Amino acid sequence: MSVKVVNPGLFTTIQDLGRPGYFHLGIPISGGMDRYAVRAANLLVGNDEGAAVLESAFMGPTLEFESDATVAVTGGEIPPKVDGEERDCWTAFKVKAGQVVSFDYLRRGARAYIAISGGIATPKYLDSRSTYLIGALGGVEGRAVGVGDMLPLGESAGAPEGRTVPEKLRRLPGSPAELRVLPGLYWRLITEEAGRNFFEDEWKVAPEADRMGVRFRGGRPLSFKEREQPFGAGSDPSNIVDGCYSYGSVQVPGGTEPIILHRDAVSGGGYFTLGAVISADMDLIGQLQPHTPTRFVSVTMDEALTARADRARLYQELKSELA
Amino acid sequence: MKTRYSFGGDEHIFVEMDEEMSLDAFFKSLSISNAVRAANIDGVTEICPANASFQVKFDPDRIKPDDMMAELKALESHAETAEKRLTTRIVEFPVYYQDPWTHETLMRFRDRHQDSSGSDLDYAARINGFDTVEDFIKAHHSAPWFVSMVGFVSGLPFLYQLVEREKQLEVPKYVRPRTDTPKQTVGYGGCFSCIYSVRGAGGYQMFGITPVTIFDPKQETSYLKDFMVFFKPGDIVKFSPIGREEYDHILGEVEANRYTPKIREVDFDLAAFEADPEGTNAKLMGALNVG
Repeated sequence: MSVKVVNPGLFTTIQDLGRPGYFHLGIPISGGMDRYAVRAANLLVGNDEGAAVLESAFMGPTLEFESDATVAVTGGEIPPKVDGEERDCWTAFKVKAGQVVSFDYLRRGARAYIAISGGIATPKYLDSRSTYLIGALGGVEGRAVGVGDMLPLGESAGAPEGRTVPEKLRRLPGSPAELRVLPGLYWRLITEEAGRNFFEDEWKVAPEADRMGVRFRGGRPLSFKEREQPFGAGSDPSNIVDGCYSYGSVQVPGGTEPIILHRDAVSGGGYFTLGAVISADMDLIGQLQPHTPTRFVSVTMDEALTARADRARLYQELKSELA
Repeated sequence: MKTRYSFGGDEHIFVEMDEEMSLDAFFKSLSISNAVRAANIDGVTEICPANASFQVKFDPDRIKPDDMMAELKALESHAETAEKRLTTRIVEFPVYYQDPWTHETLMRFRDRHQDSSGSDLDYAARINGFDTVEDFIKAHHSAPWFVSMVGFVSGLPFLYQLVEREKQLEVPKYVRPRTDTPKQTVGYGGCFSCIYSVRGAGGYQMFGITPVTIFDPKQETSYLKDFMVFFKPGDIVKFSPIGREEYDHILGEVEANRYTPKIREVDFDLAAFEADPEGTNAKLMGALNVG
C-alpha cells in the first residue's frame, strides 16, 4: 500500500512529532511546525497522534492513491479535492484506490497537515520519520518529497468518513498575530528603551521563514548597553561566547531583525537572545504567512504556564470530540 | 566566574558559567551537565553542554520550572569541587589550508566580509599580528584543540585551542553570514575553530578543509557505524597540515571506506596544563606517535 506523489507542491516534507534527545549533537527535534495540527489530522483518520503525516508549505501536493484510505487535512487552510471535487478541511474524507487528491490555493495560515489512515511508513531514523533537511535525516532519503516518490503506508483498521474538528477547536494566528514571549536569556544586554520598543513595535514576517526559523522586520533597531565584549565572544555587541539556543528563542543579530528558532533550530551559536516564545504559541509560528503583522507580548512564567494548561485543555477537548 | 541562571521560555533553563571563554568555565559546565545527566531528574528531556554554558530542556508538566531551577542550583556545588581532569582521546585531523574550494566560496561572499581586499586567512593573520599567512597557519595547527561544544548543526564541533590567553587567536565572524560553506570547512569565529559537518550557511572565517567525514546520517563510514556523529565534548584534536596530493589521497581512502582517523587515549588535567602548557601539549601530541 502506498501513495504516489504526482506533484510535491512547493515544499512538502514527512513529519511526525519529532526526535527529541539529540539536540546536544546539533540534531534538532524537527517534526511538524504546528504539532496541534499534526495530532488533530492523525486523530481524524484513526491514527496514533504521532503518526507521520505530510507537511505542505503554502501549496498542497497532488497525490495518487493505490488503495482505499481515509484522509484529513488540518492546520493552514488549503482545501483538498478528490478527483477535482472539493472536501472540507479539518474533516475526514474517503479516497478510493486510483483516485487523486489535489489542493486548492491557500486561504489562511501557512502549512497544511495531511494525514492518511495507517500513517506514512518510511523508515525511522533515530526513532522518528521527521525530515531534517540539513542533516539529511528521515523523510524520503533525508529530503523533501519529490515527483514520483511512492510513500508507503502503515496498516489501518480503517476510519469512518465525516468526523470533523469543530471551529472552536481549530487554532490559527490572527492578524496582527500575537506571540507571547518570556523575556530572559541575554535580555540584560539591551537597553531598557530597546526592550520597550521590541514589545511596542509592530513587526512583519519576512520572506526568510523556514523550518529552522522565522525572521521579522519593521521594528526599531535594538540598542545595547555599553560594555566591554567578553573574551571569545566577538566584537559586535550582539555577539556572545557561542552557547545553546532554546527552541522559540529570539535572537537579533546586529540588533536589527529578530529571528525565532523553530523545530529545525540550530542548537547553538554566537548571537544574544532576548527571551523565548512560550511553548503554547510555538504552533502558531508555523502558520505565519510572510508579511503578517506581528506583535510580541511580554508574559511572566505564571502566564506562560497558564497558557500551556489552556492549550493542553484544548487538546483534551479535541480528543474527547474525536473519541 | 559568576554562574547565571535564566529560563528560556517555559521549557528550558540556560546556565552560563561565565561570560567569557576559558577552560575553567568549560570544565565547570561539562561537570555540571554530567551531574545533571547522572541525577536522572524526571522531566528532563535534553542536556546540552556548551563552551562556557549549558542548557537543560524539561517538560513543565512533569517538573515545575522553579523546582527544576532548584535542582540545577543544588548540583552546582558538586561541580565546584569536581576535579578538572578527564580521560579522553586525541585525534589527528588532516587539514588542507588555503584550498581552492573554500577560496572560491570566500570570493563569492566577499561583500559580506570585513575586508574585501584579501582572503579570510590574509585578514585573520593581519589582525592577529602575524607577518605572514604561513606563520598564522602554523599557530593554528601547532597546538592541539579541545572540543568544547558540539552543535549548531549535525555534529559540528567547536574547538578551543590549548594555549595561554595571550596566544589565543581571535577573529570576528563575517559581517553578514554566508548562505554557503563547503562541507568539512575548517572555520574560525571569536576564539573558536570549527569543522562544518555539512554544507550550508555559516558566519565563521574559512581557513581550509579536511577530507575526513565527521557526520554520516547513513552510517556507512566504518568509524561512524556506531553513531553518525564523530565528535563529543572533551575530545582533543591535533590539526596536521596537508597539501593537495595528500588531500586527494585521503579523500579517496575515505570514499573507499578504508580510512580511519588516528586516535589515541590520553588523560588531560587542567591544573597540569595551566602549570606547564607546552609540556602538557608535547605529551598529548606525543601520544599520537605511539603505537
